[in-house]
Amino acid sequence: MSNLRVKWAFLVIVLAIFGFYLLPTLRYYALPAADRDKEDPKVANLRGEAMHLGLDLQGGAYLVYEVDLSKIPPDQRRGDEVDRAIEVIRNRVDQYGVTEPVIQKQGQNRIVIQLPGLQDPERAKELVGRTARLDFLLVKNRQELYQAMTKVDQAVVLRGKSLLGAVMDSTALADSMLAAADSAAADSILAGKHPFSGLFQQIPNQDAGIVYCPAENIDKAREILKAVTGDPAKEDPRPLAGNTVLLWGSRSFGAGSQNPGRYLYALTAKADLTGDNVADAQVAFGLEPARPNAAGVSLTLDKRGAAIFTRLTGNNVGRQLAIVLDHTVQSAPVIRDKIRGGRASITGLASDDEAKDLGIVLRAGALPTDIIAQEERTVGSTLGKDSIQEGIRASLVGMALVVVFMVIYYHLSGALSVLALIINLFLLFSTLSMLHGTLTLPGIAGIVLTIGMAVDANVLILERVREEIRNGKTVRGAIDAGYGRALVTIVDSNLTTLISSVVLFQFGTGPIKGFATTLMIGIIANVFTAVFVTRLVYDSVMAKRQIKKLSI
Amino acid sequence: MLEIFVGAKFKFMQARKGAYVFSAVLVAASILSLILHGGPRESIDFTGGNVLYIAFENPADVGAVRAAAEKAKMEGAVIQMAEGNTQAIIHYRAASGDTTKYFDTLKAAFEPGRQDTVTLMSKETVGPKVGSELEQKATMAILWSLVLILAYIAWRFTRISFGLGAVIALFHDILITLGLFSVLNREVSLTVVAAFLTIGGYSINDTIVVFDRIRENLKLGRRMTFQEIIDKSVNQTLSRTILTGGTTLLAVMALFFLGGVVIHDFALAMLVGVVIGTYSSIFVASALALDISTWWNRRKQAREGRASTRKAAAG
Repeated sequence: MSNLRVKWAFLVIVLAIFGFYLLPTLRYYALPAADRDKEDPKVANLRGEAMHLGLDLQGGAYLVYEVDLSKIPPDQRRGDEVDRAIEVIRNRVDQYGVTEPVIQKQGQNRIVIQLPGLQDPERAKELVGRTARLDFLLVKNRQELYQAMTKVDQAVVLRGKSLLGAVMDSTALADSMLAAADSAAADSILAGKHPFSGLFQQIPNQDAGIVYCPAENIDKAREILKAVTGDPAKEDPRPLAGNTVLLWGSRSFGAGSQNPGRYLYALTAKADLTGDNVADAQVAFGLEPARPNAAGVSLTLDKRGAAIFTRLTGNNVGRQLAIVLDHTVQSAPVIRDKIRGGRASITGLASDDEAKDLGIVLRAGALPTDIIAQEERTVGSTLGKDSIQEGIRASLVGMALVVVFMVIYYHLSGALSVLALIINLFLLFSTLSMLHGTLTLPGIAGIVLTIGMAVDANVLILERVREEIRNGKTVRGAIDAGYGRALVTIVDSNLTTLISSVVLFQFGTGPIKGFATTLMIGIIANVFTAVFVTRLVYDSVMAKRQIKKLSI
Repeated sequence: MLEIFVGAKFKFMQARKGAYVFSAVLVAASILSLILHGGPRESIDFTGGNVLYIAFENPADVGAVRAAAEKAKMEGAVIQMAEGNTQAIIHYRAASGDTTKYFDTLKAAFEPGRQDTVTLMSKETVGPKVGSELEQKATMAILWSLVLILAYIAWRFTRISFGLGAVIALFHDILITLGLFSVLNREVSLTVVAAFLTIGGYSINDTIVVFDRIRENLKLGRRMTFQEIIDKSVNQTLSRTILTGGTTLLAVMALFFLGGVVIHDFALAMLVGVVIGTYSSIFVASALALDISTWWNRRKQAREGRASTRKAAAG
């Protein structure tokens, strides 16, 4: 009797401890959905203690980037590029306002970023992945533009093959072509052909080095320029004749609104002023007289930046200064006067969101080098919600089926194994919150599987007990023998599934880990409830009165 | 008391030749399909590529989706419709991971009435480098769990006939499930690999229950042939086999029919695996244990016979 009491006390204590750990999860998910992301320390505390939902259930982004060290010359590498990149990304993510982001280094030069619970994961992805290199570059004059464009023409013609096919792999030749500055041979080959510059139109009343490319020519022109000076998404554009770079504008401009094209700018290759000298960046409105409602970003330069800016503007009054973000010209305002005080602004942005995000990346600073996306998985919050609903529905239906089955087949003993199953699930969820684990969709699948397999231990025992009763044993004797004999098999059979799940946990990523976790916990909880809890109930009942016939 | 199979005396082992033929046909079909398809069709998790999950307000025709995908230049697009044709999963390969651009083009390629109702629910892009790493990881996971399960079996079942029976049944189950995926032209993703490993665990689990019983009955040492003991053990555990298989199947079926599109392939693999795993623990694992041990004993006897003849001759 006292032995039973000790066992009951043990069970109650175990359940109480686990219940204590489950409490924050219950309280957190009892909150209305809108309140769960609050910054309120109480909510944040609860959130930290609760079981998390995986990205596949609450929506969000899972991103893996590789830091491209190849772009930094070996002598300029400091060895901490990856850590600096993580720092910058963390800044950006924090300012964007993501609750519970996970940003980790993986291996040598990888960064894993998990951003849960986002309404618009795409936008967050843009924010994280952008290098955000800001350059202030002077716009060159028309003469220099033509020279640079002619170089491109020459590079194309020199290949002598069909236009696009030739430029696709012509970079090596183009290089030697570009090196041979002003070669007469190239001119003679060119012979009045303009495969590249022919795609553009002059802008009336424009003396600066800016040309207009109509929409129908853009793809072709882009392709050529990419082949000759390199892909700006992957490398710094190679300068052409006399240190000129050709860069595209960010926006489509209508030269007649029917036909939105883009501008191409001839700019100085080397920046005097870069984003490194930006002290602050804020969203501001009314920066463009033509679009008073459009949002822009107002920049405050640091001391050194302000000095450079004053000199730069003072020396170049009347010229245009291009503000270039990741090798794309955002705007190129005319310098009217020497600008003191270190204030500049970026205009020509497509939307308020873009301005906001640009402000964030400029404040957080540029990445030390480009990062290249290796893996991106984004789940919209709608699909996440659907997945939860479907997962819960499948679990409930699966559970109901199993319960009905067990009760019909084993009567009260079946009901007892259902109780064991419920305790099993209770322990599973508590352990998940205790470990601050993450519930993923495959994790839910693991739970459903656990529900199906959890009764196995009970079935093994009950079948054994029935057998013993058939062999003429008393109820007590049958239960003793049943549990005793089934135990070996229960341990044996659960161990193999445990092996599979441990291996899965070891090698799995994200969602698979979630599956392995629930399966592992489920299996262990299962053995405990089937062997200990149900036995305790039988023993207690039998201690109180003599049972002639077991409901089994 | 509601009971099935009480005192069942099915002569399972007599039917094993038929089961061998049945299993051999399934295994051969699986291998054939895998050869014809050039191995299992790997999902973008392993090959690298893109997946878009899109939703429509009104059911869409798979042809329309395919046409739109072609217009959007989605290379090697594979389209899978779900949820009564209101959702589509499009797998495709592309050099650039700019899925947003592809989606916009895809959206624009639908007929005007539908364009506005197409939404992007989820998307995945895996670079080729990460893909091959994930493939490596999955292979390692499979190998490791095989090694560990084999080690466990070797330790637990010292009789080689049991060990071999269990292992062959395990490969049998996974191979047939993989074969079905190949026949149905379904992709093997990370989640499906997880399902395979779970099937492996389940298959062994089911086999162990029967084997434990055989071992127990062997110890009782009644005067029965090995074949009779196996039949008796299988019959004794039959209720349990059917019940556990049944409840697991019920749960997995709930997952298969109600779990939604994302988990569907996982549930399919489990569904097939549970059925095959239950069948194989009786008709493959136990049957092979019988045949292997019979063969082994006969060989041993023959050898001993020879040895004693030799001894006699020498003596």
